[in-house]
Amino acid sequence: MIRKGWLALFLLLTFLPLYWMVNMSLRTNEEILAGFHLLPNRPSLANYRVIFTEESWYRGYLNSLTYVAINTLLSVAVALPAAYAFSRFRFLGSRHLFFWLLTNRMSPPAVFLLPFLELYSSVSLFDTPWAVALAHTLFNVPLAVWVLEGFMSAIPREIDETAYLDGYSFPRFFVRIFLPLVRTGVGVTAFFCFMFSWAELLFARTLTAVDAKPIAATMTRTVSAAGMDWGVLAAAGVLTLVPGALVIWFVRNYIAKGFALGRV
Amino acid sequence: MEKPRNERAWLLVLPVCLIVAFSAILPLMTVVNYSVQDIVSPEQRVFVGWEWFKDILRDPELQAAFVRQLVFSATVLAIELPLGLSIALCMPRSGWRASLITVLVGMPLLIPWNVVGTIWQVFARTDIGLGGAALHGLGLDYNYASHSLDAWLTVVAMDVWHWTPLVVLLCYGGLRAIPEAYYRAAAIDGASRWATFRHIELPKLTGVLTIGVLLRFMDSFVIYTEPFVLTGGGPGNSTTFLSQHLSTMAVGQFDLGRAAAFSLVYFLMILVVCYVFYNLMTRGERDDLAKPEGKV
Repeated sequence: MIRKGWLALFLLLTFLPLYWMVNMSLRTNEEILAGFHLLPNRPSLANYRVIFTEESWYRGYLNSLTYVAINTLLSVAVALPAAYAFSRFRFLGSRHLFFWLLTNRMSPPAVFLLPFLELYSSVSLFDTPWAVALAHTLFNVPLAVWVLEGFMSAIPREIDETAYLDGYSFPRFFVRIFLPLVRTGVGVTAFFCFMFSWAELLFARTLTAVDAKPIAATMTRTVSAAGMDWGVLAAAGVLTLVPGALVIWFVRNYIAKGFALGRV
Repeated sequence: MEKPRNERAWLLVLPVCLIVAFSAILPLMTVVNYSVQDIVSPEQRVFVGWEWFKDILRDPELQAAFVRQLVFSATVLAIELPLGLSIALCMPRSGWRASLITVLVGMPLLIPWNVVGTIWQVFARTDIGLGGAALHGLGLDYNYASHSLDAWLTVVAMDVWHWTPLVVLLCYGGLRAIPEAYYRAAAIDGASRWATFRHIELPKLTGVLTIGVLLRFMDSFVIYTEPFVLTGGGPGNSTTFLSQHLSTMAVGQFDLGRAAAFSLVYFLMILVVCYVFYNLMTRGERDDLAKPEGKV
């Protein structure tokens, strides 16, 4: 009974701040500032309408989705063969390389800020989705390699050997037999690449100016402007939760795994 | 089973190496380059050796940020680990309720980090936020935008809210891996709840707890987005942690030499913790190979 109560209290405290944002997103700015109510008096979708009709807002989402998609595809594509190599073979420097990938995942993005700014300006990618997508490979490629390696190591090596004996070439084996076996892993990895790229703010904000400005930056810049529109800000926040909320049921057993780099 | 040696595997890791060389090695070289020069203008550069390093290690502001960072990381670890463990112990072990609660508990982890900042910014405001208004209603003079201590406590509360679920899910995974037979044996021996926890559950959780400590330490040590959105590092410098200090130095003031020298020191600290992390994790895997049932 005490255990249930403790758990319920924890869940309640978890959901209060979330509820409050949803609540604010359903109220107009006048209503928010006029008084304090636990439930919205007249719930309206006006704030959401603003986001879907004003270009500065919905462009933010489109920009974010663009670089997140590029980054996810790129990270998973390069990580697949590498994770296979790490899970199956030892080679010169394999342990060092694996460690080096981990340091990239853990390193503070702030360290890379200045050189990235210079690097992407010099190859004229600044303010394009490609700059952000490439910058996010810094932490997403290591993440993808580590998580995929965890999933692939769980597949017995006998399967590879049998396939080779049956005359499969490596590419055909990899695509026809191996990939279907690790498809859960690929899905989970893609989801986490998506999530981390979607959540990142520092690079996304610094490497873009106008054309490729992501939603995260749009939100912080609204905050710094005078006369805040709390309702629209809350609505924008609620909309960024949609991708996570849509798939959380499917990844429920892998959330900890994704954050712990597949080591749990 | 030992993995076979195969040098051709390098071909498979080549794409990763190329992309990481572009996004990590090249930029790090630039940082090293900056850290030993005084760049007055693009044409006028002077080699200064270790000067910037000596300079930043004596910088009182940076030292203050470092201490603030350590205190913050220690605080969130001290709260999140026991709290996460106690919640995990309360969760049902199987059935649809277990799945549902896992999803509900995991929710904050999937919220974009800047939105976590926004949620708390809205929630903790005294005029329009539920949390802030409730504290006011209790008669407390709470205001995170103007009191340093309140701001700091709000950032801690936000981090606990955001990351305790990770500790919960890690511990929950560890607990579910304990065979039912262990509990039955303990019940037959008449073990108390505490004895079961102390001698069965805790030893089995060492692995996941280690990962929990290291992950939470790492991520809180490089925290940037959430306090940036919530408080912007203020009031004063009370919530300016290392990453934010660095990014202000680098992009705000364009203090290239100092920022680069500090970046390298910061990176080195991360490298050391990473090394510990790596060894603990791979040691766990080697143990698992030795006794396959022990896999957590």
